[in-house]
Amino acid sequence: MSDGDLSSAFADGPAFVPYLAVGDPDYESSLTHVEALERGGADAIELGLPFSEPIAEGPTIQEAVVRSLEAGMTPDRFFEFVADLDVDVPLVCMTYYNLVYQYGTEQGPRPFVERAAEVGLSGFVVPDLPAEEAGPLRAACDEFGLDLIAIVAPTTDEDRLEKLVSVSSGYLYVQARLGVTGAQASVSGQTAASIDRLSDVDLPKAVGFGISSGEQAATVVEAGADGVIVGSALVDIVAEGVENDDPTGAVADRLESLAAELSAGAERGFEQRAPEPEGESE
Amino acid sequence: MTGSESRSGDGSFGGYGGQYVPEALMPAIEELTDAYERYVLGNEDGFLDEFRRRLRDFGGRPTPLQRAERLSERYDTEVYLKREDLVHGGAHKLNNALGQVLLAKYMGKERIVAETGAGQHGTATAMAAAHLGMPCEVYMGERDINRQRPNVFRMKLNDAEVTPVTTGRGTLKEAISETMRDWASNVEDTHYVIGSVVGPHPFPSMVRDFQAVISEEARAQVREGAGGLPDAVLACAGGGSNTMGAFHRFVGDDGVDMYAVEAGGSSLDVDEAAGVAPNSASLSIGSEGVLHGARTKLLQDRHGQIVESHSISSGLDYAGVGPELAHLVDEGRVTPVSVDDDAALEAFHRLSQEEGIIPALETAHAFGYLHEHHADLGGVVIVNVSGRGDKDLESVIEETAERDVPNAPDMSVFEGGL
Repeated sequence: MSDGDLSSAFADGPAFVPYLAVGDPDYESSLTHVEALERGGADAIELGLPFSEPIAEGPTIQEAVVRSLEAGMTPDRFFEFVADLDVDVPLVCMTYYNLVYQYGTEQGPRPFVERAAEVGLSGFVVPDLPAEEAGPLRAACDEFGLDLIAIVAPTTDEDRLEKLVSVSSGYLYVQARLGVTGAQASVSGQTAASIDRLSDVDLPKAVGFGISSGEQAATVVEAGADGVIVGSALVDIVAEGVENDDPTGAVADRLESLAAELSAGAERGFEQRAPEPEGESE
Repeated sequence: MTGSESRSGDGSFGGYGGQYVPEALMPAIEELTDAYERYVLGNEDGFLDEFRRRLRDFGGRPTPLQRAERLSERYDTEVYLKREDLVHGGAHKLNNALGQVLLAKYMGKERIVAETGAGQHGTATAMAAAHLGMPCEVYMGERDINRQRPNVFRMKLNDAEVTPVTTGRGTLKEAISETMRDWASNVEDTHYVIGSVVGPHPFPSMVRDFQAVISEEARAQVREGAGGLPDAVLACAGGGSNTMGAFHRFVGDDGVDMYAVEAGGSSLDVDEAAGVAPNSASLSIGSEGVLHGARTKLLQDRHGQIVESHSISSGLDYAGVGPELAHLVDEGRVTPVSVDDDAALEAFHRLSQEEGIIPALETAHAFGYLHEHHADLGGVVIVNVSGRGDKDLESVIEETAERDVPNAPDMSVFEGGL
């Protein structure tokens, strides 16, 4: 169980928000991995509940999803996992809408959100749920006091941004480049422009898609992001552990150490930032 | 009211449909919706006139509605065949592919991506893209590439790039996911020519409108040939484009029964623990859920994970189905039925022997149903021959050799394959 309020993640400087697919490669190892992320300095953690057709993910996370499902991950096991976790930072569930919709005895998102609230989750990211379809999940989140985090893409124009912001809370997930998830050698040139045009939005902006090193985290935060989201680079470490037949010990250490590098990078970027003009905060 | 009566609307068919896609794709979906309304529904810049001209000159339309003499005699029923196998490329798929590639051109897009299962949609898209001078990349499951080599070669002949998809079981479902990923990466200059009446709005309505030419022609032809409307229309259903095309203009004709014939595979049971349905009968046994951009009927386990589907015919091997078809089934307007692998294979041989038409394995399912249930269908029946079977010959040799198909030719001569 964790502490619930997402705003706490952004309260003291930039937020480092790592992602892992829950249950990859198995339940017990995965618990150890997620706890290592907190030791490495995570301010909030995105926990992936695997769906068989992850259309927004690149190969790294796709393979993690397969490993987790083959090891028996289900929505109920996922909730159990969240309850078993020994961490103090807010936790966000990242999954696809069909799993949210199917959970429980009545179709619709309410039972899923109710159960999420019980185990102490703080919010949701649902990549295949644009603002147009978000109404029922937004209503359930309001009922149980959870956040629904929208993804803002490079293709999102002003009109769509308004729609997205109207259904979002917690933070905005700013997609740094077009395409699917996956670690990149360099940060997209679109990032600064993406953050700039969101400056009037009164929600923290966390940038994801392609960030894999402390240096990149620094660049993104220096450009004005309130947080960085890192998934594939961390999942790569889990995958290497599976390949080397060492799913836990060294993997947790390496996750902790990359998390520490990313978190320090975000801090460094914040310190390097030009003095803020008056009236801007975060 | 049936969903088919709404020409565009918001893409909702009695709760099915919608737009469940990543935000990165939404501007492209909005742009496409706008283009669909202007060009397809509004005939702006003469789009529809050009589409119809190209369907005629390049595609070979109209296709005949042929009275099947031997089957009519055998079943004591007037059996009419809508010959979509005679469309250029050998399947109804060209109607949609030509429409979408042409629309992409009107929209100023520079690149086409598509997915394919049996290869017919990929082939049709590659042909349409070559015809209209657009570069084209087709995603195809590795397993389907092995099952459908002639179509893979045809796509390559038409200068399309064929990219194997190795995730999951390597069939249509995975190919669709992979094409969506490509589209999300290149959305600014790329159009995704989706292969059936599936996906986010406006695809289900738009693909149906491009395929509706089948029932538009068939309706006029049967009135002329048989002096009235048919008692029943039969069409095989995978994603549902051939089905919706064959049904659309008959939806308002209450006296016409419509049967969507699904792939019953080896059994209608689902093995949840193994994540497998040994069939592709999502209309018959599926439940409501969200996949590939739409809310519709799916083969899924109780947690909402999509299970692997199966059919002897790779063109029917898909865990979902078009949302409008799901709605028409709920309304009782369309009857979902299924035919298993063995009966489809038997029907494949029967049609080849008795009518001189080698049907696609997809189509053979509809003839399998006709064979078993002709006595209940009424006096005049139209069967939509969705495509020709040349592409399936390797599969048919292999499958026939493995089974005891009572009406198959002597297979010993083919022991080494073709």
